[in-house]
Amino acid sequence: MNERQRQQVLMLWLAGPGLDGRVLGWSFFDGTEGSGPQPIADPPYATGTAALVAGWRLLQMSPLVPPTPGHERETSFLKHEFVFERLVDLDATDAVGGVDASSDGATTASPPEPRKTNLAH
Amino acid sequence: MDSVPLLTTDQMASFVARGFLRFEAAIPDDINAQAMDELPRLFRSWLDEFRGVTRAAEGATISDDEAPLPRSGTALDDAYPVDSAFGRMVRVPMIAGAIASLVGPGPVIDHHFVHIKGAGDLNAQGLHCDAIIDDGIAFDIQLFWFPHDVAPREGGTRYVPGSHLRRVNMDDVARYQHLAGDQYHSGPAGTVVIFHHGLWHAGAPNHGTRNRVMGKLRLNPTVPQVRLWDTSDVDARNRADDHIWARTDPAQVASELRRSEDWYEPSAHRLETVKRAHLWRYLTGDPSFDVDWYLTRTERRTALAGAAARL
Repeated sequence: MNERQRQQVLMLWLAGPGLDGRVLGWSFFDGTEGSGPQPIADPPYATGTAALVAGWRLLQMSPLVPPTPGHERETSFLKHEFVFERLVDLDATDAVGGVDASSDGATTASPPEPRKTNLAH
Repeated sequence: MDSVPLLTTDQMASFVARGFLRFEAAIPDDINAQAMDELPRLFRSWLDEFRGVTRAAEGATISDDEAPLPRSGTALDDAYPVDSAFGRMVRVPMIAGAIASLVGPGPVIDHHFVHIKGAGDLNAQGLHCDAIIDDGIAFDIQLFWFPHDVAPREGGTRYVPGSHLRRVNMDDVARYQHLAGDQYHSGPAGTVVIFHHGLWHAGAPNHGTRNRVMGKLRLNPTVPQVRLWDTSDVDARNRADDHIWARTDPAQVASELRRSEDWYEPSAHRLETVKRAHLWRYLTGDPSFDVDWYLTRTERRTALAGAAARL
């Protein structure tokens, strides 16, 4: 990564442990502060595989961890988390294909709002 | 409390499955108008205390119509003057009936707070549940009172149906910016949404031109939360043998308790069903209740293994 490139991170939570699972949730963290291509659909992709097709690179996926004895029936965080990245050249903001394509059947939504910690709501 | 309308079995089952109940335009306009005057002042008084600013130092006095902040543990009936905004809100029959059905007679104040989301404040608060991981199956409720109309995208609280029984701590779920089926409150003035204490929620961006005001009140039960609603139909609807792969009856409570949410993993959905069955056992006092036989089959096998060990 050169000094004119910035990382964008896309997190997808899928219905199952494989990348072909349906997207249940997603988050987007933008090292370009909005100057790079932005997600325009909710969800931006229908599956994890669709994100690969769009050019995202898989960084990490959740390991399959056996349940803790005595807590086999607990639910907590979403289990099937996949983290993707792409690099954006600040001098050519469409270098990775411009604005994201809408996924099949997805509805248009506003891009993610900026995040800020404040008082519990 | 005898004359207030209690919740129905369907409403209670929905609360157990989804973690909230919504009462649209439940509070009359005059109480909402009073709240729009009192609640922002309550917020400012809290800010003063939080910042260590004494009102006396500013030459101010507490007016007669301004309720002091109740201490935690104060009985709800004693916490607010009957003519104050909070005092009137909790005495609206529909709300009083919901409170009585969920936490019974004699609940106590945990705390209240006034949340103001300023016009044009586009910060999206991280998703969280309040307090910490709360052990046990008994639950608190939190009333979210919106005393003015809230249009879509004007700061209505975001919340995630069916998240209330997941074991997470505070804002450890802030990573989830978008979950399928999450909701952003919008609705007419006087709407109250009652949450199970574990429901994930967050302050949402306010794209509107006016401040969004919301009064939140957390209540603790002081009695076991067993059969507090209108239970006249529950015994006939409480079969343990209603099973999605055998015979189902849409009139049974189980039909609501097996509801899924769009953001659930299929495997987690079954575990959520089991957790709801446990909660329904607590609420009904029926230790044999089940949904889709998950508890019954394992409990029977465990009993067999125990019996074998004693041979």
